[in-house]
Amino acid sequence: METLEQLKARLEAAVPSAKIEILANECPAGEHSLLVDAANGFLIAKFLRDDAQLKLDYCSNVTGVDWPDKELTEKIKVKQTVDGVEKEVEEVKKTVRPGYLEVVYHLYSMELKHGPVVLRMRTGNRVEQTHLPSLTPLWRGAEFQEREIFDLYGVIFDGHPDLRRILMWDEFVGFPMRRDYVEPDDYEYEPTPHDEVLDAAKKYYPVEVKAEVKPEVKA
Amino acid sequence: MIDEGLKSELQKQGVYVTSLQELYNWGRANSVWPLTFGLACCAIEMMAASMSRFDLARFGAEVFRPSPRQADLMIVAGTVTKKMAPLVVRLYNQMPEPKYVIAMGACAISGGPFKQGYNVLKGIDRYLPVDVAIPGCPPRPEALIHAIMTLQEKIRNQKLTGPDRPRHLNADVEGEYPVPAYGKHDLEPPKNPDVWQPPIMTRK
Repeated sequence: METLEQLKARLEAAVPSAKIEILANECPAGEHSLLVDAANGFLIAKFLRDDAQLKLDYCSNVTGVDWPDKELTEKIKVKQTVDGVEKEVEEVKKTVRPGYLEVVYHLYSMELKHGPVVLRMRTGNRVEQTHLPSLTPLWRGAEFQEREIFDLYGVIFDGHPDLRRILMWDEFVGFPMRRDYVEPDDYEYEPTPHDEVLDAAKKYYPVEVKAEVKPEVKA
Repeated sequence: MIDEGLKSELQKQGVYVTSLQELYNWGRANSVWPLTFGLACCAIEMMAASMSRFDLARFGAEVFRPSPRQADLMIVAGTVTKKMAPLVVRLYNQMPEPKYVIAMGACAISGGPFKQGYNVLKGIDRYLPVDVAIPGCPPRPEALIHAIMTLQEKIRNQKLTGPDRPRHLNADVEGEYPVPAYGKHDLEPPKNPDVWQPPIMTRK
């Protein structure tokens, strides 16, 4: 199969308005992926499926990823004049990278026996711009997995034939696989609580929990 | 009540004497028909227990009924998700009295390895009266057989009169258990306080 760089060039020729980026994978497997923009995602995916050299006719799996807001720290050298002398001082600059939701498709070709081509799409943010094109019209096997990502991450797939919750019940509110999801507090009774569960269970204890006094160790 | 010594003496002479209670409980204990349903991997062990190698039929409990109307025993075999819990309670309500519940495996007892998840019920005993609990993940078929034997023991020792009589002989006891509803984040109510109360914990 052609390299990702060649594939990217051919894709850009086929879909002129597409914004495609190659995301490198640092681990030994080196499965680099194509990050495509949501607006052209469907056309690019259709090209990947129908192109005679590729014929990626099988969508092996669809994954959702939640990337919450991340604080990035950067050290920059700034020139400052202190007491008339010019000095280089290091400053720490903090920027917040806004979070987004990501969907990853692994595509293979059953006919030509190659793959995978890893396709990624990202939403604008995690609040209201959570729409992505559905690839279910191209690969029918993506239907349930896209429903699952809608259910657990809250990505809305435009063009999906039957977008409903699949694992949680219909009355459920929220997206439990998101990193900031707060689960219901039902830890009234825990035989061996620890960490957050201990904190959650503590409020049900009739007696206040006191720190255990460790006996002094004699040398 | 007949004297035990006299009873065995009569038995040697070929006369079998018993009480109605004993006869009734003997019959019930030796034909416990479980409901055919499994929720997770414990169900595989349950199937193995009913097959020829372990042969649950020796205890009269081999007739797995596909309808709750014909079953006496509910083996809650596996993880009870919050989505499934109302259906399990409803199935229990549809079973005729007298009926019993075995909580099979860590998940049915407490939520097991999924206890700290958002979608798993932390033990079926929050909604149903559990008679026997089998620990294990999953329990071996022998453990299920032991649970059935424990249940048989319990049935045999039930008194048909008096305040401790079984639920189906007590007209004052409500037979139905409330089915929880799906809420926004959890089941509503998250537990049935008539059935389950958290143990009072004091820790140092």
